[in-house]
Amino acid sequence: MNQPASAYFLEERHVPNETHTLAVLVANEPGVLARVIGLFSGRGYNIDSLTVSETESQKHLSRITIVTTGTPMVIEQIKHQLDRMVPVYRVVDMTLAGRSIERELAMVKVRGTGDNRVEALRLADAFRARVIDATTESFVFEITGNTAKINQFIDLMRPLGLVEVSRTGVAAIGRGPEGM
Amino acid sequence: MTEKSHDPNQMTGAAMIVRALIDHGVEHLFGYPGGAVLPIYDEIFQQSEVEHILVRHEQGAGHAAEGYARSTGKPGVVLVTSGPGATNMVTPLTDALMDSIPLVCITGQVPTHLIGNDAFQECDTVGITRPCTKHNWLVRDVNDLAKVLHEAFYVASSGRPGPVVVDVPKDVQFATGTYHPPRRSDVHVSYAPRVKGDATQIRKAVALLAGAKRPVIYSGGGVINSGREAAKLLRELVEVTGFPITSTLMGLGAYPASGKNWLGMLGMHGTYEANMTMHDCDVMLCVGARFDDRITGRTDAFSPGSKKIHIDIDPSSINKNIRVDVPIIGDAGNILGDLLTVFRAEAKKPDIRAWWQQIAQWRARNSLSYKKHNDIILPQFAIQKLFEMTRGRDTYITTEVGQHQMWAAQFYGFEEPHRWMTSGGLGTMGYGLPSAIGVQVAHRDSLVIDIAGDASVQMTIQEMSTAVQHDLPIKIFILNNQYMGMVRQWQQLLHGNRLSHSYTEALPDFVKLADAYGCVGIQAIKPSDLEGAIKEMISVKKPVLFDCRVAALENCFPMIPSGKAHNEMLLPEQATDEATATAFAGGKALV
Repeated sequence: MNQPASAYFLEERHVPNETHTLAVLVANEPGVLARVIGLFSGRGYNIDSLTVSETESQKHLSRITIVTTGTPMVIEQIKHQLDRMVPVYRVVDMTLAGRSIERELAMVKVRGTGDNRVEALRLADAFRARVIDATTESFVFEITGNTAKINQFIDLMRPLGLVEVSRTGVAAIGRGPEGM
Repeated sequence: MTEKSHDPNQMTGAAMIVRALIDHGVEHLFGYPGGAVLPIYDEIFQQSEVEHILVRHEQGAGHAAEGYARSTGKPGVVLVTSGPGATNMVTPLTDALMDSIPLVCITGQVPTHLIGNDAFQECDTVGITRPCTKHNWLVRDVNDLAKVLHEAFYVASSGRPGPVVVDVPKDVQFATGTYHPPRRSDVHVSYAPRVKGDATQIRKAVALLAGAKRPVIYSGGGVINSGREAAKLLRELVEVTGFPITSTLMGLGAYPASGKNWLGMLGMHGTYEANMTMHDCDVMLCVGARFDDRITGRTDAFSPGSKKIHIDIDPSSINKNIRVDVPIIGDAGNILGDLLTVFRAEAKKPDIRAWWQQIAQWRARNSLSYKKHNDIILPQFAIQKLFEMTRGRDTYITTEVGQHQMWAAQFYGFEEPHRWMTSGGLGTMGYGLPSAIGVQVAHRDSLVIDIAGDASVQMTIQEMSTAVQHDLPIKIFILNNQYMGMVRQWQQLLHGNRLSHSYTEALPDFVKLADAYGCVGIQAIKPSDLEGAIKEMISVKKPVLFDCRVAALENCFPMIPSGKAHNEMLLPEQATDEATATAFAGGKALV
């Protein structure tokens, strides 16, 4: 097949994408998050979710959890590119490591009265969401779970008067006694 | 307080910077002063251990430091001011990142309390240079400065070398703090590049090499960066195995061009034999190269039948473009040493006579041939002549970017590593002249020649003034065809011969320009002029602008056409108008 006249290979090849969750342990210093995000934007990688917080303040360590999508070759590149950064201690692919737990927290505001309000409360109960704020015409629910569960809850709230959602992004940790 | 003032390690930030340079063995510094680095310049004025080379534009300082680094193996050091000083460094920093050149760039910054206020000559230096450095730092406390400077030198020169930036606000330069000499704990514990190769992988590699029937060694800039020992070991490996060897643009000189196993450079403008050997091989040993798109051509047709061994210090180079079978992560020299030991102990030179016979047939195609001319200087001929006349001398070659660069790579025979400086990854026109300055600073008595093009050389020509000021007798050998030759070549081959803005309608008179700068101008118009003119250029003890008028429309072959594989090269004798039209059929897209 003729491609346009360029030395670069211009045809796209279709390799199926995979979604991986990466845990990245970094030195907590100025600019480290910009470095990580810049790597993704600069090299055209996807960020589906990103969560970051200091986890060991005495050692000045932060943990970044990134959910990303790409071909297996791209995922491998992302891990190597992260790992070679100076302030990065470790990169663990939680998806490949298996046996990991992923959680997200969302706060969901729903406005309504009458049947809708009752139904929202009943569903919240079923999803083990807690009411953390209430007025006579609204609730704020706090819900924790994996991404799919939260998506499902939000979808259910939509016809019942969903106002807005605030989500933390995914945090992940391995099962069992070992650290990353 | 009085006691403290006697402590020799108490000093200003500016003094710490100069002290750290001395502690890291820096003898030369390339830079340009400005408001935000004046305290450092004041310290430089008051000492004599570090020699400062004043350039005319910060980009020149960056490329000079690159040339210095590549010809010595030591990091190049640059000092520039905030704002435009820093932004002018972006090109050399990116260039150094792409070609893995160790640079330490110190930038001045506006005082800490003004950062973020859009102060005069303020820019977000660490933000701007983050994607074009291996790492960078903004130092907000003078007591962190020593640690950061020492870490900067370590990060720049260890692992896969690269550029780093240390941004120092002016108040930090004035402030007094405690300096300490370099120590281990200065470096992030998270930064520990792997040097030694995995023994199991090395054993697997040896087994593949020993069983090869159609092997090839493909070496790159990593062998040069690893140091002289790596090049020596590479030569030993070629000797012990008897394998053919080709190299990337960046790797030229690691194996001597006069060596009997040398195939020439590979890739887009590589030799036919090198590319065919790569395509048809059954075992490929890649050492310190990264399967760049200018090397592989079409990736899905790249060396389809081979098992690939890849030695690289950067794990992110493995499986980036091409899947390999045996990756070995570590330093090229270190791994080549181990590989040789295992090969000698456990393997024999395989019999590859049939493979060499095949290679001889490809060689016979004589892919670098060109039609000689009596009246007009052909650029290939000019470089061959230059090579003949400088052969055996202590010569360093730099280049700009374009056709002349490819011809230099094809026709100048490099016998030793660290003798060839060219902008490979980024392809920076204007690299060669300042780079030659850096090389000459490091090697005062050597012959340093920038093989240039008339378009490229004008991008940094102001640095001739630097060469004159610092008494650096660099030779700028301009292959003047009055075109941006490579751009024109692509327009001819790929864009229907519509020569859009690739002709320089107003070129300066380079001989008069040389005169204006206070250096020497030489011109050659006929092939018969060349020998005498080159002789004169070599003997002149001043900087020279050599205006070599060459055939205007000569093109660079052989060439792998668009989206084609290694075995679909276009050879010079096939490059008739009709053949090129067919080979490059299709639509248009930018490079």
